Amino acid sequence: MNGAPALSARGLRKSFGETEVVRGVDIEVPPGECFGLLGPNGAGKTTTLKLCLGLSDPDAGTIELLGEPVPRRAREARRHVGVVPQFDNLDPDFTVTENLVVYGRYFGMQVREIEARIPQLLEFAGLAGRAQAKIQTLSGGMRRRLTLARALVNDPKLIFMDEPTTGLDPQARHLIWEHLRHLTLEGRTLVLTTHFMEEAERLCRRVAIMDHGRIIAEGSPRQLVARHIESQVVEVHGQGIEAWMARAASLVPRVERAGETVFCYASDVKPVLESLAGQSELVYLHRPASLEDVFLKLTGRDLRD
Amino acid sequence: MNLARRYAPPALSARFWPVWQRNFLVWKKLALPSILGNLADPLILLFGLGYGLGAVIGELEGTSYFAYLAGGFVASATMYAATFESLFSAFSRMHVQRTWEAIVNAPLTLDDVVTGEWAWCASKALAAGVAVLIVVALFGYVSSALALAAIPVVLLIGLAFGALGLSINALASSYDYFSYYLTLALTPMMILSGVFFPVERLPEAIQAIAVVLPLYHGVAIVRPMLSGALAPGLLVHLAVLAAYAIVAFYVAVVLTRRRLLK
Repeated sequence: MNGAPALSARGLRKSFGETEVVRGVDIEVPPGECFGLLGPNGAGKTTTLKLCLGLSDPDAGTIELLGEPVPRRAREARRHVGVVPQFDNLDPDFTVTENLVVYGRYFGMQVREIEARIPQLLEFAGLAGRAQAKIQTLSGGMRRRLTLARALVNDPKLIFMDEPTTGLDPQARHLIWEHLRHLTLEGRTLVLTTHFMEEAERLCRRVAIMDHGRIIAEGSPRQLVARHIESQVVEVHGQGIEAWMARAASLVPRVERAGETVFCYASDVKPVLESLAGQSELVYLHRPASLEDVFLKLTGRDLRD
Repeated sequence: MNLARRYAPPALSARFWPVWQRNFLVWKKLALPSILGNLADPLILLFGLGYGLGAVIGELEGTSYFAYLAGGFVASATMYAATFESLFSAFSRMHVQRTWEAIVNAPLTLDDVVTGEWAWCASKALAAGVAVLIVVALFGYVSSALALAAIPVVLLIGLAFGALGLSINALASSYDYFSYYLTLALTPMMILSGVFFPVERLPEAIQAIAVVLPLYHGVAIVRPMLSGALAPGLLVHLAVLAAYAIVAFYVAVVLTRRRLLK
């Protein structure tokens, strides 16, 4: 495994009926990296993950997961892989402990071996006092953490996460992020899909932005911001925005309008801020450009579903 | 999934076992109500018809009507237990709870999952069939130790109907879908398979339908065993049940692959 990528996919293509949802995707993730696959709904992220896990056969392309060719030896590869799915699929008939034991058995582990790992897994998930709790009594955040703990039952080298924090409140989300950082510090490889840019910016060393089945940009979050977008943003809305926008267009290189809000992008936004100084009707927010701005620039502002 | 892989024979491996264990663990929590549930329906019918209708009919084919019915109900209770497990319970694991999705993220294939479910449906059917057998034995309607030989036959009936149910499950869009199978396939099968009355009394055209039904062959084997006789044509009956089990299992695997491995 030394030096070889933990996951490498080349030229992946996949169609469902007439629609090609993955259209030539290349991914390479070195061991120990946290890699983010970003994209709007329907971009092909989940399908790409399924292809990498060997749960769906690509129409074209090759995949190697932890040194094993996929889908041919996907079963062997999955022995050392953990998965946090997009939708909760914990076993509702079982307690917290039973969920972990039953899941560990799928990996061929002995019950004793699994039980030895449980205290550590529950500690990690912040569920130490809840070993015997029924799944129905757990909050959304607790279930998500248990799903994460379940994905670690086989001590995986690589963990796939499909939108790990969707539907969680900020406290729960920050806690999960903390856990994920901890996992990368232990040397595990993480591959996550998300449409929270903030999540990707905080966690991922490298991200790829995917749209319409293709990867349209790739690099570290900082690189992507530097490469694709001006460093400062001013968002403006309020009475008289039309008239002001006409003027703003001459002050900065790029002005965009979405509904009633005007976005001004520039490396130097001083002229914009000066022009806003006398406009009490207009409300504005001045902030550094983020990955979300890159994402919206590259994938557009139109709704996807 | 390419066609060659979709239609390939099921890849059997010992990995199906944890799936069986998972279902067993759920069942253990509710074992008593579950067995009573599987028993109540056939036993109410059996005792009602056996004593009630039996009083009118008297003897049938040389035994009391109750004894006649008992042989049929061991087979039909097995059929229903396998069917309900492979329809409603498997559907909630596959579709509602997404349990199968969780399992195939581990080093199990969908073939392992379907195999585990199949083995589980047959086990539950075995428990139901044996429970009915024990009850009729307690009431004195089993007159030979050969009845023990009905136990593996019950398992085979469970495998056949479990596999048929899993095939239907792979096609279902919701629980409602199953009423078609229950009312259009199983209810007529229950009537035409010699559970309540000898098929030989029916018009020949209908007899021709009866002999292709799996339950007919199950009843034909089990009933004489309870009174210590082997059915004429035993091997043919066994072969038909085994063929149903094997072919339906293959169909169940292919249809489930088509549904879940896109």
